[in-house]
Formats: sequence, C-alpha cells, structure tokens
Amino acid sequence: MPVFTAPLPATVRQRAHWIDHIAYAALALAALILVVFLAAPLLAILQQALLGKSGDFIWFDNFIDYAKTPALLESLWNSLWVSSVVTLVAVPLAFGFAYALARSCMPYKALFRGITLIPLLAPSLLSAISLIYWFGNQGVLKGSMQGLGIDQIYGAPGIVVAECFAVFPHALMILVTALTLSDARLYEAADAMGTSARRKFFTITLPGAKYGLISAALVTFTLVMTDFGIPKVIGGNFNVLATDVFKLVIGQQDFSKGAVVAILLLAPAVLTFAVDKYVSKRQTAMLTARAVPYRPTPSRGYDWVMTLYCCAIAFLVLAMLGMAVFASFASFWPYNLTPSLRHYTMGLVDAEVGAGFLNSLKMAAGTAFFGTALVFCSAYLLEKTKGMDGLRGFVRMLAMLPMAVPGLVLGLGYIFFFNAPDNPLNGLYHTLALLTLCTIVHFYTTGHLTAVTALKALDGEFEAVSASLKVPFFKTFWRVTLPICTPALVDIARYFFINAMTTISAVVFLYSPETKVASIAILNLDEAGEIGAATAMAVLIGAASTIATLLFMALAWWVNRRTQAWRSGAR
Amino acid sequence: MNNDTFLNLRHIRKEFGGFTALQDINLDIRKGEFVCFLGPSGCGKTTLLRIIAGLEVQTSGEVHQGGRDISRLPPALRDYGIVFQSYALFPNLSVADNVAYGLVNRKTPKAEAAKRVSELVKLVGLPGSESKYPSQLSGGQQQRIALARALATSPGLLLLDEPLSALDALERVRLRSEIRALQQKLGVTTIMVTHDQEEALSVADRIVVMNHGLIEQVGTPMEVYREPASPFVADFVGKVNVMPVRVSGGQMRFGALCLPCDGADREAKIYLRPEDVLARPIAPGDAHVFDATIEKIEFLGSFCHVHVASPALGGHKLTVYLSLNFLSEQSLQVGSSLPLKLLPERIKVF
Repeated sequence: MPVFTAPLPATVRQRAHWIDHIAYAALALAALILVVFLAAPLLAILQQALLGKSGDFIWFDNFIDYAKTPALLESLWNSLWVSSVVTLVAVPLAFGFAYALARSCMPYKALFRGITLIPLLAPSLLSAISLIYWFGNQGVLKGSMQGLGIDQIYGAPGIVVAECFAVFPHALMILVTALTLSDARLYEAADAMGTSARRKFFTITLPGAKYGLISAALVTFTLVMTDFGIPKVIGGNFNVLATDVFKLVIGQQDFSKGAVVAILLLAPAVLTFAVDKYVSKRQTAMLTARAVPYRPTPSRGYDWVMTLYCCAIAFLVLAMLGMAVFASFASFWPYNLTPSLRHYTMGLVDAEVGAGFLNSLKMAAGTAFFGTALVFCSAYLLEKTKGMDGLRGFVRMLAMLPMAVPGLVLGLGYIFFFNAPDNPLNGLYHTLALLTLCTIVHFYTTGHLTAVTALKALDGEFEAVSASLKVPFFKTFWRVTLPICTPALVDIARYFFINAMTTISAVVFLYSPETKVASIAILNLDEAGEIGAATAMAVLIGAASTIATLLFMALAWWVNRRTQAWRSGAR
Repeated sequence: MNNDTFLNLRHIRKEFGGFTALQDINLDIRKGEFVCFLGPSGCGKTTLLRIIAGLEVQTSGEVHQGGRDISRLPPALRDYGIVFQSYALFPNLSVADNVAYGLVNRKTPKAEAAKRVSELVKLVGLPGSESKYPSQLSGGQQQRIALARALATSPGLLLLDEPLSALDALERVRLRSEIRALQQKLGVTTIMVTHDQEEALSVADRIVVMNHGLIEQVGTPMEVYREPASPFVADFVGKVNVMPVRVSGGQMRFGALCLPCDGADREAKIYLRPEDVLARPIAPGDAHVFDATIEKIEFLGSFCHVHVASPALGGHKLTVYLSLNFLSEQSLQVGSSLPLKLLPERIKVF
C-alpha cells in the first residue's frame, strides 16, 4: 500500500550574492589544498599499510607480520618506555619552573623564561650533540657519568636526557598558561578560612592546573615518541619506532612495514589530540570571565628557593647550549680547543651546506609567507563568512588534524602519495615547493588556532554591518580585518619561519641533493662522523632563527606603531 | 498585500534544529513608523530583526519591503541600516572613515562624502569628532557614530538591535530620546529590539510584545500598558498585582470584595496595576473602598512600593504606589492602616 505523507513546507533559501560565490570558491580552494596535501597523503599511508608486496589488498597481514618481528616489537617497547620516562622527568621539572614563574615573586622572570625557550630556536638534535660532547666517548664528564654506573651515553640514557631538554620548553609553555589562568578569589576565600599553604596547593592549585598537566604530559609523550633527530644522533644501537620508519622505508624500501609503524606512531598523537580537545573544553568552562587573576605576594624564603631552582635549570640549559657553541669553535675536539672557524668552513664550503642553508632560508621564507596567507585566509573564511556548512565543518576538521600527525608520518605520506608514478602531481616530488607545502601543513594547526583566536576577538557584526552598507566582504577584510590582525599575522609568520628552519622529521623523506635543507645536512654530517661540522651547522641554524626572531620582533613593533595607533586611544 | 504599509511580514517561521524560535509571525509596519520589538530574552525578537535584515534566513514565510519581495535577498541587496548593541564600529578607522564606509563604495565623490559625513556627525551631536578613533569615544558617543554610519546611505529602514543595552543608565535615557527625535526628524521607518519595557514605552509609535516566538500584542504604548491583550503582556509591561478570583453571575469576588464582571462563570485571575489602587481622593460613600494595613515599605525615592494586607482581600497582598509626601503627611509606617479604593474599570480579568 502506498504511503502518503504531507509535503513539508519548503525551507526558504537565501539567494547568494555574486560576491558570496567568491567566498565559496575561496573556501573550496582551501579545502582542496588541505585534501591534496594532508588528507590524501595520510590515506596513502593507510592504503600502503593494507596492501601486500604485489599491491593486493591483504587486510591486516602487515600488522600481523609486524607483531611477529621481535626486533620491531622491541623498538615499540623502547619507544614506549623512553617516552614514559621522559614524561615523568620533564613534566614535574617544568611544573616546578612554571610554578616559580607564575606563582612566586622571583626576580628576572622574563630572563629565566627566555633562557628556557632558547632550545626552540635550534633543531632538537642540538641537545643530543651537546650531550655527546659532555658525556660521549671523548666527553668532558664521561668519567663522572661512569662513576654513576652508566656505561655510555649512546642509547637510552642519552635519548632520555636529550629529549628532556628538547621537550622542556613545550611542557613549560603549556604549564605556565595553566598556572596563570587562576582565580585569586579562591585563594582569598581559602585564606579567609585559615587554610594552610599545603592544603591550598592540593585543593586549589593542583586541581586548577590538572588539565594543563594532562595536556603537557600527553604533548611530551607524543613529542618524544615521534622525534627522529635525537635517537638518530645519540641512539646508537638502541632502536625506536621513529628510527625504524626511516630504516624500513629509506634503507630497506619496505613501504608496507614502514606504513604500519607510521600508523603506530599516529596512534598516541591522535589520542593526545582527542584528550587535549576534551580537556581544553573543560578548562575554558572552569574559568569565568569574572575571575580575578592571581598575584603572588613576596615571601623571602620561598622566593629564594624558587630562584635557586630556576637558576639550576637555566644553568643546565645554558650548559647544554654553551657546550654546542663552544665545541663548534674548537679546532679539534678534545685535543686542541683553540677557537677556529674550521668546522664552519668545513660545513659550509667542503660539505656544501651553504647551499642547504640557502635552501633552508628559502623554505622558511616561503613557509612563513604562503603559510601565513593560507592559514589566515582559511581561518577568515571559516570564521567570518556564511554558507556551505558541510564544507565548512570539513575544512575545520582538516585544519585541526595536523596537530595529531607527527612530521615523520606526514613525510612518509608525502612519499607514498607524491612519488606514485600515476599521480599528476608527481613532478612536485623532491622540489623545494613540496618541502615548503609539507612544512606549512605540518605546522598548520598552531597558526590556525592563533588566527582563529585573533579573528574571534573581533566584533562578530563587522560583516553584517558591511553587508548592510553594501560593501563586499573582501573590502572589509582588506580595510578592517587584516589591519587589526597584523600582530597575529606576524606571530604566525614567525612561528612558521622558526619551525621551517629547525624541522627535520617531515622533510627527511622529501629532499633531493639539490633541495637538501640545513637541518638535514646536520644529520648527514653526523652520520659521516663529522660531528664538529654538524654542531657548527646546528649552531648556525640556531643563530639564524634567533636573528629571524629578533627581526620578527622588530617587524611586530613597527607594525604595531603603524597600524595599531587606534589601540592607544585611551580616553 | 496592504498598500499603505512599508514592511510586511507574512507567516514567518524560524526553526533552529528542533527548536522553534518563531512561529507564524504576521506584522505590517507603516512608513515612518517607530516600532519596538519587546520581550524577554529568547522570545525571538532579535531573530525576527535579523530575518528582516537577511542575516538569518526564515524557515518559511515572506518579507516584503516597499512592495518588493525581499524574502530571499542577501543582506547586500536589501535596503536598511543597522546598529548593534556592540556598536560594531571598525576600531582601526577614524570616525569619518567609519561614517563614510558605505558612501565610499557607492562612488560618492570625495568632497560630497566628506560633506555628508560632517552633516551626519553634527546630526548625532558629535561635530568635530571626525578624526578621532572609536576607542577615544565613550560608549554613548560610539553608538551615536554607529547610528550616523547606518544613516549615511539614507536607507529606507533603520534596524536597531538593543542599541542601548550596553550603556549606563543615564546615557541610555539620553540617547533613547535623541534616537526618537532623530527618527521623527528624518521620518525613517525604524524597528528597535529591546527587552526594556520602559524604553519601548517611551520611544515607540507601536510596540510588538513577543514571547516564546509568538506575537502577544501589537499596539501603541498606551494600549499595551492599559489594555494588555494577555496575562503575559500585563505582567511583562509594567508592574501588576495578580490575584485569583471567582466569576459568577456577572460579578467577581475575591476576599470580601465584589466587583462587576462580564462573561461566563469561571475561576480567573485579575491583573491590577499598583497605581490603580488609590489612597486618595476617597470620598465618604465611594464604592470599592477597603481598609488595609501596611506590612512593608520599599523606599524608592519620591515613590514607595507599599505592600499592604487586608481582611477584605482574604489572604492576598497588594502592592500600591504611594508618594513619599503622602506617607509623611499621613504619618504612615509599617503597621499603620489606611483606606484604599479600587478602580473596577482598570482591572483586567484573564
């Protein structure tokens, strides 16, 4: 029997203005870019993991094969326990430091903070190189280390210590934010009831920073798990997942197993991403707009203890950095320590890192320019235009995805996808353009979040007002949105630039001799036993990043003066 | 379609997911009229304004403006100026650039645009502020500039979305009378959304009282106040005493009082404004007079809210407005008793 249903009243749909079609087209373009350079490579990994040697579909046989290879399983176990140990050591240390910065009246806070953030300016493997100078076969303190019962630094001990240095600034930034976001009224209420400092810490401070701690721990764990440079330099025969991927794919050309390991690496990152998303939702809900920021009160003994603690940490960081700088100038470690530029000339001239350095600068500039443009325009289209809700949600998801994808996995996906002979984009493979695109995608999410935050701070009705005045959206974007957001733009560009200079993990799969970048050159020099030159190049990258940071700061200052005059209009 | 109306809303319905924000709204607004959409938050008044502006799309229904069907037109193809609660002034542009924002796009010659800007800035009472940035102005001044910007292109319709809510009390009263004076001077058809009944009563030609996505009443401020069409309107607009009554045989009874009332026998409620309970003049022999005892006096300046109880009211309490002068003249205080008179014609029964 036929069933008749009353026709639903047709939903009214607004006619699109021709100007709106421009926004739709731009959004579709952004979606296309993210699909081609993010989603497709990731799907290529999945496909590769499910295919057999002859290209037939074999379900999970590759995973089962993997589980039957004891050497590979050992790497998995190594990765897991090393990451756990680093998390357990680095997060509490960073918490103490963050606590001193946010909750004490310690002097020179900006200086302490600045020192601990310096490692971000150099490739993470710089700390591994330094460790070799301190504790390696010809290390200064090798004897004392062996006195502690550690036979040699190569392997797990070196990885753990070097990673602690590498992840410290990342954990610190998260924890400082978590500890700064606190409500002074809670402490005042506790004081009014005569609560002890200990009880305040355990009932107010810790619960308040709980989500920050979880987030810091997860980020640390994932960073260590997916880091490639440090285990490569100081790992010795100690295998971890990240180095396995490289060996399997580049060494043995075993793409299927490489893809399986990549998926294993993706798992903790995806988990981190999911938990972090959940956690950040809870964190914002906890803090109301009416909260009063906490201001620490001076307390002699306590401030002293905190200062001493921070001095100790800052000293360790400086020792690490200083050793690298010192060693890079030493003529012939450890026999002739007279300063010379031998390693620099050897690296730049003999090993032709000069060209790599130029490539690095080109790539960093390209990433900063095109990355910022792409990130900001996409974020604008997502936040400030209307219509095409399905596509909008999809692009939003893609914009958040890179946070969950380790660079190594992304790079591997690029090989599978762009190196495929039947891919029309095959010509991009090995080009600097692809390296740049890969780096943009790799660091997309942080830039995206910065842009979204800046855009959300704008009045949501600017676009409505413009439309009522019959001014097309792109004109308002140009005259109002962009000028107001320039500080955020400079910030995003700086972030892209620094990370492009120091990244290794994604680009390690993608370079050709002509497009080798400086950070990769360091790895090659180290592999060739030229540790002095490797150090010199790492220091050079750090110096270039520092100069770039200073230039960006100057640019920010200049932009502020030029475009933000209206902000200082205090009545 | 009615020819002497400027804006017509026909069967407007709006759903957000499963939630119905507006159900079957029909409304005609005349040219040059000042209409207020009044209602509690969540009643759909802002949604209705945004549908008129094309910023939201109705689920079904039609909007006609000046005889033109604009139901499906995007905002840029409609003819209105809009002012938001947040001002939404472009912070990086000067006052002059803000006001001229819509003029520039219409290829208005520069000199003419500048003339129009200074005209408008003068019109809203801020002459000479052209070179300032919005952050150098107070909230009230910023909203005046937003108003000038909305009026710059001489739109046929002015939409005001809670324009006064972000301002402090004094500024709010001042600006609302300025808006009204400006509107009368320019004769522009204006719709203002507000949740403040005093604001609506003081400026509007007509008030549209809304609740739960429905129009409860459309009428002049006096009609809405004196002749509320529903208990909701009586309660929302102004203060009111509510008491249950029994209607039988053309009379209603509550407590010991008995007043004439039409309609079938039923249980009902009376709505009685505090100012419609008189303390004077009461002449000997007046009807509907009863003695009451003061239970509480809420001092509000020149007037007091006086809470009274009376055996005549049964267990119910009334709030009445008495002037401070009257209270001190009669040396009334908590516990004192006084005669009060009801005006039966002012009592609404629902």
